[in-house]
Amino acid sequence: MGLALLAIIWLITFFSTYFFVAKTWWLPHGASTAAAFIDNQFALTYVLMGIVFVAAQGALGLFVWQYRDRKDAKKVEYSHGNTRLEVVWTVLTAVLFVGLNLMGSNVWARERFAPADPGSIPVEVTGMQFAWYFRYPGADGKFGATSPKLMDPSAGNEAAVGLDTSDPAAKDDVVAGTMYLPVNRQVDLRLRAVDVIHSFFVPNMRFKQDAVPGLEIHMHFTPIETGDFEIACAELCGLGHYKMHGMLKVVSQEDFDKWLAAREAEKQ
Amino acid sequence: MATFSSTVTTTDPVVKDPKTGRGSGGTRPPVPGGGGGDRGGNGSSDHGERLRRTRLGLIVGLVASTMVFVSFTSVYVMRRGLPTLDDRTGGYVRDWLQVSLPTTLLLVNTFLLLLSSITVELARRQITRQAALAPVRSIPGVSIGKEPNIPWLGITVALGLAFLTGQWMAWRELGNRGFYLATSPSSSMIYVLTGAHALHLAGGLLVLLYAGATALRHKPVEDRRIVVDVTAWYWHFMALVWLYIFALLEFVR
Amino acid sequence: MVAQDAHDDSHGHAVHAHAAPTSFIRKYIFSLDHKVIGLQYYFLALTAVFVGMFLSLLMRIHMVWPGAVLPLIGEIRPETYLSLLTMHGTIMVFFVLTTAPQGGFGNYFLPIQIGAPDMAFPVLNMLSFWTTFIAFVVILAAFFVTGGAPLHGWTGYAPLSALPSAGPGEQLGADLWITSIAIFCVASLMGALNFITTVLDLRAKGMTMMRMPLTVWSWFITAILGLLAFGVLLSAGILLLLDRNLGTSFYVPLVVVNGQIMGHKGGSPLLWQHLFWFFGHPEVYIAILPGMGVASQLLSTFSRKPIFGYKAMVYALMGIGFLGFMVWGHHMFMSGMSPYSAFAFSIMTMAIGVPSAIKTFNWLGTIRGGRVRFQTPMLYAIGFVSLFVSGGLSGPFLAQPVLDIPLHDTAFVVGHFHLIMGVAAIFGMFAGTYYWFPKMFGRMMNEKWGRVHFFLTLTGTYAIFMPMHYLGMAGQPRRYSQFTELAYLQHLIPLNKFITYAAILTISAQFIFVINLFWSMFKGPKASDNPWEATTLEWTTATPPPHDNFGGKTPVVCRGPYEYSVPGAPKDYVMQNDPATYPTH
Repeated sequence: MGLALLAIIWLITFFSTYFFVAKTWWLPHGASTAAAFIDNQFALTYVLMGIVFVAAQGALGLFVWQYRDRKDAKKVEYSHGNTRLEVVWTVLTAVLFVGLNLMGSNVWARERFAPADPGSIPVEVTGMQFAWYFRYPGADGKFGATSPKLMDPSAGNEAAVGLDTSDPAAKDDVVAGTMYLPVNRQVDLRLRAVDVIHSFFVPNMRFKQDAVPGLEIHMHFTPIETGDFEIACAELCGLGHYKMHGMLKVVSQEDFDKWLAAREAEKQ
Repeated sequence: MATFSSTVTTTDPVVKDPKTGRGSGGTRPPVPGGGGGDRGGNGSSDHGERLRRTRLGLIVGLVASTMVFVSFTSVYVMRRGLPTLDDRTGGYVRDWLQVSLPTTLLLVNTFLLLLSSITVELARRQITRQAALAPVRSIPGVSIGKEPNIPWLGITVALGLAFLTGQWMAWRELGNRGFYLATSPSSSMIYVLTGAHALHLAGGLLVLLYAGATALRHKPVEDRRIVVDVTAWYWHFMALVWLYIFALLEFVR
Repeated sequence: MVAQDAHDDSHGHAVHAHAAPTSFIRKYIFSLDHKVIGLQYYFLALTAVFVGMFLSLLMRIHMVWPGAVLPLIGEIRPETYLSLLTMHGTIMVFFVLTTAPQGGFGNYFLPIQIGAPDMAFPVLNMLSFWTTFIAFVVILAAFFVTGGAPLHGWTGYAPLSALPSAGPGEQLGADLWITSIAIFCVASLMGALNFITTVLDLRAKGMTMMRMPLTVWSWFITAILGLLAFGVLLSAGILLLLDRNLGTSFYVPLVVVNGQIMGHKGGSPLLWQHLFWFFGHPEVYIAILPGMGVASQLLSTFSRKPIFGYKAMVYALMGIGFLGFMVWGHHMFMSGMSPYSAFAFSIMTMAIGVPSAIKTFNWLGTIRGGRVRFQTPMLYAIGFVSLFVSGGLSGPFLAQPVLDIPLHDTAFVVGHFHLIMGVAAIFGMFAGTYYWFPKMFGRMMNEKWGRVHFFLTLTGTYAIFMPMHYLGMAGQPRRYSQFTELAYLQHLIPLNKFITYAAILTISAQFIFVINLFWSMFKGPKASDNPWEATTLEWTTATPPPHDNFGGKTPVVCRGPYEYSVPGAPKDYVMQNDPATYPTH
């Protein structure tokens, strides 16, 4: 039985670790400036935790077999513990855990403590049951007013976000169901939610932030590769949660300008 | 019946009775068990143990109740300081509306409640004396001067009812001034805080009524004493909670 | 030593304040006996866990075969899936993990293990069970009302949970859900009151705090956590009911649902999250602490060795309990909460990993140098340690806010909490069942089928929940009813199918346990008073224990709870109430 336990524990440990090491299913390709740092911190964490995992499960399996009761087993060492050992492993654990956290904290600070760069492109992201809309402020660089009274989700785009066309600043606002961004430029996101909490999740950008009704949340990231990247909703928002998705298209600055100009032209 | 087996020989020569974990609603008089011992045994120390245990239970229970009021307080304070998004301007504004409280009425209610605290304390001491003297009264030939039997318990119940009526009148007055439950976050919290307190007090009132009823049914005085004693401490605590809530609503507007 | 049947009143005294009941109703329905009440909680939880498992089975089937039409149930629509999910979580967390370990085993064995004849307040104890029962009925009722059960998840985030028009199931179903939880809060608070008073006031002579078994310590600290946490949930729930029904705006700002402006203004969805998680995090420790107590007890007993570092284990329990109140924000890193607060919460969260690690080291230290006996209770205790390690080590990923960015609200979180809270706690319950079954029912459970159940369940639960970590890293969000809409999720469907197959097999294996349980109650081999040769007080009394637990003979405690292999002792265990002294002690 001791051997059976050792076998099952070690096998489970082996298979679990194997799929981590082989990265059979892994973080999606990272395409933002934050990705490298986040992935590094992730790697550090998973290596350290992996070592602890293998060591602890290995020890468990080993001990239950090694110290199984049998005729020729050694006498039990009657002891209530070892205080020095307790102190040692307590301190080591504290150092490991807190140290690991502190190492990741400057990445967090970079991503979240500082506001967006001055040259960033502002985009307002609005989540509602069950779609994402993206608003660009247009040539005046200002977002026009929106009003809940003017919101009509069935009409899509401008009407869905309740754009108040009587506001002069709103006339050049572009609202789209697909998010376009120029590559290598930071985006200053304004996250809003109209009805319930949603969460704007772009796996390839290592970006996630809840969109909360009643709050206007500013967040930023910088895409460094062109391509199409899927957007998922990551906070339960109702029956359409699983299909509340969008698409982020990162293009060159000129392609972005062309796209925006085309959208502006359509509005006339 | 308490016996002790040979395998449990101890150096302590006293026979221990099993612990009697009596509930706060015990219906039997304390049983004189066999032998002394510091736990269980003769009636009065067993009764003293039950009182102590019930008081301990009350203290523990009041911790839970405190957490409810702590939660409501933190909601109050947090909401008061919270800027909210104004959809028209797109900016954040403070929308905490100062409620005009019917302070005079509330002061009267406070006075009634504090008075009831005094009367419930008198009731508590009254029944403590009665419980202490009960064994002695039954000795033939002993006559203890009859003390004036002022119904402190009944007076407390009346004052408690008066307080609750006063609170209801205060809510009516708030309504007259345009502050209903859903009018604003500040008015909502006033109703929630005072309502939670009123519910607690009403519960205490019901227990006091029960204590009074058991007196009429001639339940043993020791059991009634435990009920009145613990409820009296609960009552004092609820008076303190009221003072706290009143102060919060008055000074943290 | 012959245990006296306390029903024997011929000596003219009531041994116990309330004499042993005689009517069927007083004996089995409205019993004041903590042992009966403990069994009532246990069987309530057993019913709840099968309901919960069934719900999860339907969920798993729908996730990988979304169009499937099931017999009797028909097709599961997306909103139905979310109701299943909500009720699965709520029923499992409240009616299984918060009832069986604490209300079940705690109620039955805490008084006996401290040498008391019952809980401090038997009437309150009886009320707390029946209030829990009412809460269970109310929550099941949510399935049968118009609109059905709510779809907002066990976490009930507002505004989704506060707006009846935000989804099907959010009308009466949601009100019933909140009401059930509020009733459950009251029941738990009553229970916590009883447990704390009992531990403080009813310990037998010689049973100092530092001689209490670790099971008792875990029930004690769990009760303290409950006492402080459930009041907050109750408050939060009351405010939610007010928002839903009386037009207040605690949690709901101005929102527009489907083009309609709702009549709320100025509320804060984050307020709900703060209140809920201030309760919710201690709640997960409430769920796991009793299992840790059982694991400590069994590892020591079946290794024939004192627990390694008893004092450290006690301090670790206290540390976990205390720190458990300081980490709630780690559920809210992505919520819009201040990133500075997030940093503070993350440091506290890493800190709470330390006492958990200490306990793990001490469990390993207990086995090492022992003479391990592999009866079924021990298998589950060993499984508990393995699961605790696995589930615990995914914690440091989530505790770092920057890693929470890709992992929050993905299957990684689901894998994490199922391993460390769900499965580990269930293994603690299995361990407790096989261990205490002889004392409760006077018979032994079947060893062979116990082993089969153990190996199937250990392998099965790992097969279900370990892959969820990979899915989470790959970006699979949680609470998705199906994965057909996003291209990047398609390649994950085969692994999801594997998990579903593993779930079907593992759930099926649980019938082995249930059959073993009920069959053994009637037909199992008769058990002696102390079949495991254990040292704590429940093994000194008759099997099953008499009404007042000790047949009139209150034990006097002379030593700590884990005196195994004491040098100089005649046997390899010394009972807690054994007065003899040994030279090297």
